[in-house]
Amino acid sequence: MADAHTLTGTGGATAHAHGDYLDDPKGIKSWLTTVDHKRIGIMYLWSITFFMIVGGLFAMLIRIEHLTPAKTIMDAEMYNRVFTLHGAIMVFLVIIPAIPGSLGNFALPLLLGAKDVAFPRINLMSLYLYWIGALMALGTLFMGGVDTGWTFYTPYSTTTGGGVTLMVFAAFVLGFSSIFTGVNFIATVHKLRAPGMGWFEMPLFCWGMYSTALIQILATPVLGITLLLLAMERLFHIGIFDAQLGGDPVLFQHFFWFYSHPAVYIMILPAMAVMSEVIPVFSKKTIFGYKAIAFSSVAIALVGFFVWAHHMFVAGMSVYAGAIFSFLTFFIAIPSAIKVFNWIATMWQGSIELKTPMLYAISFLLLFTIGGLTGMFLASLSTDVHLHDTYFVVAHFHYVMAGSNLIALLAGLHYWWPKMFGRMYDESLGRIGAVLVFIGFNATFLPQFVMGSRGMPRRYFNYLPQFQALHVASTIGAVILAVGLFLTLANLLASFRRPKGMVDNPWGGKTLEWATSSPPTTHNFEGQPVPLHGPYDYRPVPAPIGSEVHTG
Amino acid sequence: MNWLQSFLLPKAAATHASEVDGLFMFIIYLTVFFFFFNGALIFYAAHRWRRRSAGEVTPHTTHNTKLELIWSIIPLMVVMMIFFWGFKGYISAAVAPNDATEIVVTAKKWVWQFEYPDGTRTLNDLHVPLNKPVKLIMHSEDVIHSFFVPTFRLKRDVLPGRYTEIWFTATEPGVQQVFCAEYCGKGHSDMLAKIHVDTDEQYETFLREGDEQVRQMPLKDLGRLVYENKGCATCHSVDGTRGQGPSWKGIFGQVHQGTDGKGHLVDENYIRESILYPQAVVVQGFEPIMPTFQGLLREREILGVIEYIKSLK
Repeated sequence: MADAHTLTGTGGATAHAHGDYLDDPKGIKSWLTTVDHKRIGIMYLWSITFFMIVGGLFAMLIRIEHLTPAKTIMDAEMYNRVFTLHGAIMVFLVIIPAIPGSLGNFALPLLLGAKDVAFPRINLMSLYLYWIGALMALGTLFMGGVDTGWTFYTPYSTTTGGGVTLMVFAAFVLGFSSIFTGVNFIATVHKLRAPGMGWFEMPLFCWGMYSTALIQILATPVLGITLLLLAMERLFHIGIFDAQLGGDPVLFQHFFWFYSHPAVYIMILPAMAVMSEVIPVFSKKTIFGYKAIAFSSVAIALVGFFVWAHHMFVAGMSVYAGAIFSFLTFFIAIPSAIKVFNWIATMWQGSIELKTPMLYAISFLLLFTIGGLTGMFLASLSTDVHLHDTYFVVAHFHYVMAGSNLIALLAGLHYWWPKMFGRMYDESLGRIGAVLVFIGFNATFLPQFVMGSRGMPRRYFNYLPQFQALHVASTIGAVILAVGLFLTLANLLASFRRPKGMVDNPWGGKTLEWATSSPPTTHNFEGQPVPLHGPYDYRPVPAPIGSEVHTG
Repeated sequence: MNWLQSFLLPKAAATHASEVDGLFMFIIYLTVFFFFFNGALIFYAAHRWRRRSAGEVTPHTTHNTKLELIWSIIPLMVVMMIFFWGFKGYISAAVAPNDATEIVVTAKKWVWQFEYPDGTRTLNDLHVPLNKPVKLIMHSEDVIHSFFVPTFRLKRDVLPGRYTEIWFTATEPGVQQVFCAEYCGKGHSDMLAKIHVDTDEQYETFLREGDEQVRQMPLKDLGRLVYENKGCATCHSVDGTRGQGPSWKGIFGQVHQGTDGKGHLVDENYIRESILYPQAVVVQGFEPIMPTFQGLLREREILGVIEYIKSLK
């Protein structure tokens, strides 16, 4: 609380001081019925961690299976279920809710100087829907599993056995969980900013969450409808997608990607949002190009709605449709590139401290550069024809979805961990974890680019022996990655053995969440905080808020 | 940087593959350049401006319009160039020349079936002439599959209830690998095929005598294949059931009563005549509806049918 923000008045609070939100009130029931955004964020965090471990175990099973070209530890049917569950869990239960659910819920109101999100009860309902959806998804394991891939392409998905219908309803329920989070964030950003905090005085994390929320509420209903249509076809044989019933299988792909491509930006925008907080703090320098980053987020959210059919260049779509979608797709590269250059420019001439969160941020910049640039191979028509549905695509989307989103989650988690729990993890182990994760990640997925460009199709149980060396390299990388992640988890958990407190503002952050105690009290701030300067003003004498007109 | 191309891509074996490779390698160089460019900037900054003391003051640089325009416009120009390059390759691969040999491809779990203009059919082995355009007209009998030839840089989904097309001109004699690239269930990764790129002479031999497998097949098995694939089974049973035509079971060596009132011994010459000139003798009680198979069956296939009928005791 060393900073220049003030807390004015006591807002009608009586004399009794609140304890920190983790202990006040106590008891499991108080957690399960809480409407505190911080507690909901923490419960999201543990749930996501649990499912990341489950999804990660399925990933390890896949990697072990591919140590040999034919059967290693499971048969083809089991393999198909394992890769489906890996994908479905990681997409719907981990990556989509990861940053908004955990870091977003925890940090967004604090960054805005608010006491909670706009609709605290809906926020709790979002968490319960997440749990219900998660149980339904796991329930499919007892119905013979699901072997459609997380994409549920028709007519395969309407004709195969197993628990496809239940999985589809699980995704439907999880969609509502996501929509509720989005509704909350939009209302919170609009209505609950601290007095004096204009749109361009918000921390950029809030712009990222806001853009994400726009996609969540506009795109997710389309997925819901699509999945309902799919369920109707499976249950009542109404011909919508199945050619044998008079439907059109390609229609499903249009519907599906109309949600699932914007969903890629539900995954990447929050990651970018975290970067815009972490990089200025550890560079001790104001963010470069505030408005460019803010508008890039919104631009990505909007343009993201017009590129869905770039997943379908070889699906039998017309050549001209392909050309239009390829053209539009390239435009998405520009705001992404602008952001990366802005972050590098923020580091330029800064005072850079390579603490664990900053190592993850640098890791993100490098991995996202690879993820973004390899997207050009797939946005371009003629090269996509060769690379579509190969391991090249698998590698590319792991760089973007895991390499960027997951790494950003880890950056944000190490950044806000002392704020969340009032305890500090071991810095050296944190750094070792970050480096291992970076090395392991690249060792896992770089070989997959080569496999893919050489022609190895994805979702293959058996493969030609010529690809074995690359598969083995990838599996070794996955082991390093797993070691790095477990070391990181252990390091974070070990911090609970350390004393609480003493870390109110360990990084010297200028945003409002650092103006309260760590961990914050139940009501976040004692009184209403009023920001006195911009979120990234690191000058010895900061300019008063509202006095600067941002033009860049 | 030929070594990099041969490390990343299988050897190109069709005409438009080299254009795809040109673009692929261009983007590779671009990716490598920008990765190292960004990486160098990041590591330079992290080292040059590492924090030496807690009280360091940094410049308050909020933006730089000129710089921002440069790093927006240059990437925009680069990606537009890539777009047009990729579009050009895609268009040229979209429309087949008029003189292309048309082959019908039927995909089903988990096999590829190919049917040639002369009615020849093969399973999981596609024969195409070298240096001549070939057009594939593809459809699926069940779920979505995808016809993928890495060495041709070619892929197209194969759909139920709709035809999709691709074309290519193979430039390397030998065998090329075909994968199914759209997930289709348990046998997805075994749904492989081979493209045999034949010289004119080899291709003629294939059309005349069938592929290697057919040429080496015992006559009786070949006859059964013909029976199943060429429509014989529609009218003739092999278990004695009466169909549109007489059953083949046990007829060899018997005497058929013709509508001409004479008896005809069912021997090699009788069967051959019935296949090529079906109206010459029509068995009593049956309509003269069988079409001629002249030009549709190879000599060895006719022999195969005869041997197959002999075997049906």
